[in-house]
Amino acid sequence: MPAEPLLEVSGLTVSFRTEDGLVEAVRGISFAIAPGEIMGLVGESGSGKSQTLLALMGLITSPNAVLSGSVRFRGQELVGLGRRALDRIRGRDMAMIFQDPMTALTPVHTVGAQIVEQIRAHERISPRAARARAVELISAVGIPAPADVAGRYPHQLSGGMRQRAVIAMALSCNPALLIADEPTTALDVTVQAQILELIGRLRDEFGSAVILVTHDLGVVAEIADTVRVMYAGKVVEEGSKRDLFTAPQHPYAWGLFASIPPLEGARPARLSAIPGTPPRLSALPAGCAFRPRCAHAHAACAAMPALTGEGGHRAACVLSPARRAELLAAGEARS
Amino acid sequence: MTATPLLRATELSKTYRVGRALLPARRRAVQAVSEVSLEVMPGETLGIVGESGCGKSSLGRCLMKLQDITSGTLEFEGRDITRASAARMRPLRREMQMVFQDPAASLNPRRRVGDLLSDPFRIHAACDRAEIPDRVAALLRRVDLLPEHAMRFPHEFSGGQKQRIGIARALALRPKLVVADEPVSALDVSIQAQIVNLLADLREELGLTYVFIAHDLSVVRQISNRVAVMYLGSVVETGPVDRVFSAPRHPYTAALRSAVPVPKLDVPRPARTILSGDLPSPLNPPPGCRFHTRCPRATALCRAERPALLPDGQGGALACHHPLEA
Repeated sequence: MPAEPLLEVSGLTVSFRTEDGLVEAVRGISFAIAPGEIMGLVGESGSGKSQTLLALMGLITSPNAVLSGSVRFRGQELVGLGRRALDRIRGRDMAMIFQDPMTALTPVHTVGAQIVEQIRAHERISPRAARARAVELISAVGIPAPADVAGRYPHQLSGGMRQRAVIAMALSCNPALLIADEPTTALDVTVQAQILELIGRLRDEFGSAVILVTHDLGVVAEIADTVRVMYAGKVVEEGSKRDLFTAPQHPYAWGLFASIPPLEGARPARLSAIPGTPPRLSALPAGCAFRPRCAHAHAACAAMPALTGEGGHRAACVLSPARRAELLAAGEARS
Repeated sequence: MTATPLLRATELSKTYRVGRALLPARRRAVQAVSEVSLEVMPGETLGIVGESGCGKSSLGRCLMKLQDITSGTLEFEGRDITRASAARMRPLRREMQMVFQDPAASLNPRRRVGDLLSDPFRIHAACDRAEIPDRVAALLRRVDLLPEHAMRFPHEFSGGQKQRIGIARALALRPKLVVADEPVSALDVSIQAQIVNLLADLREELGLTYVFIAHDLSVVRQISNRVAVMYLGSVVETGPVDRVFSAPRHPYTAALRSAVPVPKLDVPRPARTILSGDLPSPLNPPPGCRFHTRCPRATALCRAERPALLPDGQGGALACHHPLEA
């Protein structure tokens, strides 16, 4: 990537002190995002994707959490930054959308008032002007009758409308980086299509970069430029969307692709499911965490493989590139 | 078809009263299920798809007689059970069982899995008491769990394992019909595939008939023979699942199908029809065709007259004044 990265994460680790000892939810991940890039972060529950996002936003406040590594936003280190300094960046330069819009909205204020508060927290602007901006934003996210909706309480809106209101709030200061945690998972597909279109437009019009956490590879295919696949707290594969979809390299990624029933063409008699369940973070196997579920595991997997590969497409797997190409050609990633 | 359907619903409706109980004048009715007719033949799997609020779960609960039916009729193996009392339903409960979306909520957290799974045998006196532990062990093995899991509590299992327990309980008495309401939507993709495979294997082995309710089109396609698409309480299109999803004829089915993001690059996608707006409130459904407020093909006729669900000549049925070309 040519430009200076907007966000640079290196060696980020999030762990929690628990009864079972120190449990690592995020185990040393590194990546960079360029301005205007949409990165899809894929993984199953417990893979550490949500904890990664919370760490980026400085939202891990549990006294039992231990954070290490570095998160640099426009060159400024965020890890260890005080709350006041963080508040100048959060909401203005970096904004977050959550899976459940109800948790991001307070039920006791109108949607308009919440957006106005957000704008005035970061800009010196009159209440009247902020109000006008709020209505404009609500309209920009495709809500009909914006002035009317601004005067309503969250419970009076449908799920799709609420999520759009939250996006309007996130966009209020034209953030350079939008962090979205499963923003469409709670929504119906027809509404999901509208929201994805909106996120795409955001990037096109304002040049915002987006980190989109999702478990849905369809959503990634639709909107992302780059993809990172997480498993048990680590990035196991990263690359451009084309890399990932045309020649996935990690057996876990193969399993994910093969697990999805196709919507067209022949129906397989059985889906090729990944056997077993994701490991408990408190009892991770040594070496590659995917080893117990992997059809290609062997002795060398007892040591954790590093992310390796060429041209930005890298995977953390000990199989040789030639062997992986062979397996892929034999139909590994097909269901 | 000459055989008797296992389950037949005729113009089935379910209305809920909402609003303030103390102010009858302000109470209103929501018709969650509106004149739905469908048949499920023995051995087939009927998928029911639709978005939240379309009435698919209410319909599932009506088909199981878990709630009263407001109007219309419901027959199981040719017998009318629309108004059957709880006592009359009891022996039938052996024949029809349900699998729920949230396995954690449908398993009593204070009871061991073995106790939960022996309930069906005890309640229906299906076998000698002494035999129960063996039956439970066999059930656990059948859903790929271990007999020693009987001693554990539900919270000791992962989501996928809990759903296996829910399935084991539903299948304990070898029912003929299983209604599964979003059985895999709370699970991770890799676990979803395991459960879909398990349901397919059990169907094969035990000769089950499923009504499979889900919002995920590709999961429904994988397991169903036929599918019914619902919108605001009504069935708008039914037919063989491959035909309905590859060449939908109702504009809503087409929009729903085209909105699903496909996890592939460079595949020709159906032209996407992005529906504007949200589902209208079921408290106040639009007149005429209920889809006309969001339909790109709507005309004056659609606003005035509600289309009936009529056979489409391809083994399915369609409720639309202006269907897409076959």
